[in-house]
Amino acid sequence: MNLRELATLLDCEVVWGHDLLERKAVKTCFAADLMSDVLAFSEPGALLITGLVSLQSVHAADVADLTGILYVGGKKPAEQVLGLARQRAIPLLTTQHSMFDVCAILREAGLKAGCKD
Amino acid sequence: MERFRILHNDYEHGGDAAAAIKSILKELGISQDKIRRLSIANFEAEMNVIMYAEEAEMELQVLADAVRIVLTDRGQGIPDIDLAMTPGYSTATPAMRERGFGAGLGLPNIKKNVDLFEIASAVGVGTTLRYSIFLNDRPRTGEA
Repeated sequence: MNLRELATLLDCEVVWGHDLLERKAVKTCFAADLMSDVLAFSEPGALLITGLVSLQSVHAADVADLTGILYVGGKKPAEQVLGLARQRAIPLLTTQHSMFDVCAILREAGLKAGCKD
Repeated sequence: MERFRILHNDYEHGGDAAAAIKSILKELGISQDKIRRLSIANFEAEMNVIMYAEEAEMELQVLADAVRIVLTDRGQGIPDIDLAMTPGYSTATPAMRERGFGAGLGLPNIKKNVDLFEIASAVGVGTTLRYSIFLNDRPRTGEA
């Protein structure tokens, strides 16, 4: 699926990146609040699912070549985080669903784990 | 050769040096996998300085057959490097963990991602990291 379809599936609010959503295909996801884990174990191209709305979530997604960030539990990043995402062209979505539900729904929809090692 | 300055506690800019270097390497046409590995190492190293050192300079050297980083910090140093290189070992504070770091994976993850890795540290003086990504297909050695 692409990020637009995923946003619809999870009732997401698009924080930034409306124009990128159709172009961004999602096959795998990596869910973590620990950016150390993202940096150590994620696969390029995965969607980052996290409850951490700091600047470091965008930096981690950028250096690890992740396709976008989905914030869970209704969390929304601050303006500064959004600015960095715009600069790096990383779409940001937010959903009211919990981390657990997001992962369950996406797995049900056919997405796989984007982790290595 | 480019140099980037990194300061203690400057979480707001944590990741800027890694991002700037990533842009430079993209322009040079270096492969995506090599850029990704070096960028992950740079971001980890940058966050280490912000969390644990006073200040540092990250130097990028683009050589004919490798991209090399020399990161020299002034700070507390590392008393036991073997221990610091052990995955899971951490001296992180709650403030670091709140930002998603401090899992004890930083130094091991830098070493895992690069082709050549060297660390030297003096307690009370600082730590120097030297690491490289090879641009040709030279085998990884792990040690400098």
